[in-house]
Formats: sequence, C-alpha cells, structure tokens
Amino acid sequence: MRLKALPGLMLALGVAGLPGVAAAQAPLAAEGCLGCHGPDGRGAAGAAPIAGRDRAEMVAIMLAFRANERPGTIMGRIARGYTEAEIAAVAEHFSKVAP
Amino acid sequence: MTTTLSRRALLAAGALLAAPAPLRAQAGMRLVVVGGGFGGASAANFARRTYPDVQVTLVEPQRSFVTCPYGNLLLGGERQIGQITHSYDGLRARGVTVIHDRASGIDAAAKSVRLAGGQALSHDRLILSPGIALRWGAVEGYDQAAAETIPHAWIPADGAQTLLLRRQLEAMPDGGVVGLAIPGNPFRCPPGPYERISMIAHYLKRHKPRAKILALDAKEGFSKQGLFQDGWRALYGDMIEWVPGNRDGKVVKVDVRERVLETEFGTRHKVDVANVIPPQTAAALATEAGLANETGWVPVNTRTFEARAAPGIHVIGDANIPGPMPKSGFVANTTAKQAVASAVALHRGQPVPEALYFNTCYSHVGTEYGISVVNIFRPNADGTAIAEVPNSGGISPRGDLPEQRRQEALYADAWYDSITRSMFA
Repeated sequence: MRLKALPGLMLALGVAGLPGVAAAQAPLAAEGCLGCHGPDGRGAAGAAPIAGRDRAEMVAIMLAFRANERPGTIMGRIARGYTEAEIAAVAEHFSKVAP
Repeated sequence: MTTTLSRRALLAAGALLAAPAPLRAQAGMRLVVVGGGFGGASAANFARRTYPDVQVTLVEPQRSFVTCPYGNLLLGGERQIGQITHSYDGLRARGVTVIHDRASGIDAAAKSVRLAGGQALSHDRLILSPGIALRWGAVEGYDQAAAETIPHAWIPADGAQTLLLRRQLEAMPDGGVVGLAIPGNPFRCPPGPYERISMIAHYLKRHKPRAKILALDAKEGFSKQGLFQDGWRALYGDMIEWVPGNRDGKVVKVDVRERVLETEFGTRHKVDVANVIPPQTAAALATEAGLANETGWVPVNTRTFEARAAPGIHVIGDANIPGPMPKSGFVANTTAKQAVASAVALHRGQPVPEALYFNTCYSHVGTEYGISVVNIFRPNADGTAIAEVPNSGGISPRGDLPEQRRQEALYADAWYDSITRSMFA
C-alpha cells in the first residue's frame, strides 16, 4: 500500500531537483542520522554507512522498517517517527553524498 | 490517491530540503555560543558546517571536554579518561573562535555577554547551553566540600569526579557495599544512574564478587526499568538491590565522615563507597539572567528554543525544560541544530524551519549487553508544546535476546563515536 506511492514520489523528487541546497548540507530531518551513522553518513565502527546509497533502495528499506516488514534492532522504532516525505528527503540527501 | 499522496509528499519534501536556507547569509551575522558541551559544541559545529558566512564564537572555561556519556564505562574499567576527553581544536579548525573563559553575565537588551576576564562579546543571536547546577544542600550534608569525599560524578568538568569514584571502587575491599543516592525527576540523563549501577556491577563481578550495590532512589520507577532489571538479574544475580522512593529509598541526609546515607524515614545505610547524585537545576548563568522559572529550569519556545523570558536568547541542552524530551546528549545535539537554524532564520527575517527532534539513548548493562530508548518529537505550530510522534520510538524488546543486546552495545559505540565527531571534528 505504502510502497505503491513510491515510484511517483521518487520521480517527482528527481524532477523537482534541489536548487540552492549544497550536497554537503543535510536537511534537518537527516541530521538525526548523523548521530550514529558517522560524519556525512559515511559510517562508524558498528553502524553502516548510508552515504551514497541508492535513493530508491534507501526509501524501500526505511518504509520496510516502518511497516515492520524488515527485521532490525532499532531502525523500525526510528523509521516510524518519520513521514514519507521526510524519508524521501533523507534518502535524496544521502544518495548525493560521496560514500 | 497515490498521486495525491505523492504530490503532498513531494511538496513537504521540497520544503524540508530547503529548510535551513544556507549559503546566502548576510555577511557577518555574529553568533555567540556559551557552553561547549553536547548542546554548545553541536551548535557551533553545525553552524559552521551549514552557514559558512556566520561568525561563531564559543565560550567555554574548560580547555577540553570530558563527556558524561561513557563515563560509566570508565567506572566499569572499559574506558580510560583519554578516550572520553575531547579537544576544541577541531572546532577551531572549522573556523570557530574558541574563548576559554567563563561567561559571567548576560545583557539581553544590549545583546552582549560579559566574560569573567573582562571581555564583552556583542552578538546578533546568543545560543546558551550552560548545563546544570547541582543543588548543594538539597540533600542535607551534601555540599561542594562533601563532594571531595563522596563524589557526585555527574558533572565531569576535568574528569576528577569520575576518576575519584573509580579510585574509591578500586580501593574498596571485596564484600564492601557501594551506595548510590538517586534523585527525583527531572535530572540530567534519566537512564544514567542505572547504567552506572550496571557498570559498577560489571567491575565488581570481576574484581570483588562478594560486594553489593545498594541503590537508593527518590523515584518509584525509572527509564528502561524492566530492561535494566532483566539485565541485572541475568548478569549480576543478586548483587544489586534497588530501593524505590515508596519503600524509603529517598536519601535526605548524608554523613560524610561515617559514609552514611540516611533516608526519609530515618534509615541509616552505612556504605563503603558512596555516590550521591544530587537534585539539579539549570546552571547559575541561566538562573541569574532570570531565564529560569519556579521549576529551576528554563522554559523555551519549542520551535526556536528562545527562552520565554528573553526572545533572542536560545537556550539548549540540559538547562531547559522542553516538555517531555529527556535531558540527554542526543536531545542537546538535535535541538542545537534547530536552535541555530532558527537563530539564523530569525536574524534574516525568514520563516523558522520545520522541526523534528530525535533521541536515542543507549545504555550498557554489560560489555556485550546494550539497551536503548528511541524518541522522535515534533513541536506544535506556535512553539508552546512538544509531543512524541505516535506509534514511533520506544524501548528495546524484552526477553532473552542476546544478539539484539550484542548489536545494541555495538551501536552504542557507533553513537558515541558519531555524535562526538559531530561536535568536535
């Protein structure tokens, strides 16, 4: 159900582009990720890198966490706090950060 | 339906991405940050990363910063002091002007901060992250002098308090009793005392297996209680006794010489090592500036973190009372970013960005035994309240889940590494 919204969402984001926003700067919704996933999301010992991940893949993973369809220790609890739009924005941001 | 949702999501996503509106700063906005801990260092670092044209000055008396988080691992023998001590050189390298002095007063009308050394710092916006003050005397007999004998180890400063407690644990004979006095809410780091109990037990189990821990608590319950108590039983058997407030757990008096913790109904507990975590308020700088209310903490606008008593001064970190959000390092970090983004937006006459506050508190129950609580909060539109996002967050699942515990202990290390780098690197 939720996943059906994805292709349209991702396409729309791609078309919209992000004028005026530097790739190095995370939207505030993505800043929370940096608390565990290292500077710019490039990972830390014990936490997976998220920089440079494919945008659609990351959205799918986050939505699966949110729907409790993907096993995880903590990400399900986190993903359920974000809106679909925020997940899209976060994925868009990290997809553009060099891994 | 799908299209509508996508369009709405797109519009919201666009707004989010544009939110901090960087890189077009009016030249020379002056941001002064007072306090170089989890709130202040996060604010200074974020400000320089996000708004290169903003001039950032950080005021902090300490030459280096010893974290509260992972101090308990030092007590457990799993970290050395150097591993939890951080330099301000990384912030300097980012272009932050770091002044090692104490802020002695705030002139809100003149937009100026006085330093003990005589300097006055004019600014366009002030971020205040002054931390907490211990309420000396709130527990009778426990004052600043008493803390030299019975450590609080709750404000690390140069690390001396944490190291003192560690030395006392090392010097205690096997079979001794470690007594802790734990305050009522609210206080800095709600799960902290219980992680401390865990890490002291971890040390004692290996080196003094006949020793006991007596945890005297003013409260009837605590953060992640079920998870902590499951872990205590699994790892430490009957070493730990936790006494809640309704079973005479509230310590009201300390006899420093005799090492006696006396509770509300007159029970005198003689212990071999004592750790008194006293009740707390916002730090003196905030109180003296008239920013705190009758609770002793600073009420703030929940979107901009401006003090209710002084718009233009953003108060972050443990000194404020941000509704249901805990006094945690992660909350200080996440709200620091929103406060800076708000300060810049307000200075430029732009709308305050949409806010989302994120918290994860990990606790080590044992070396390969981590537990967590996650919270995601949003403020209301007019900045008068904060609510947790429904159906989000929560604590680790209970039960016999060794792989989950092992993973969360690793994630805790990743958190410590990541968050301190986001502050100091």
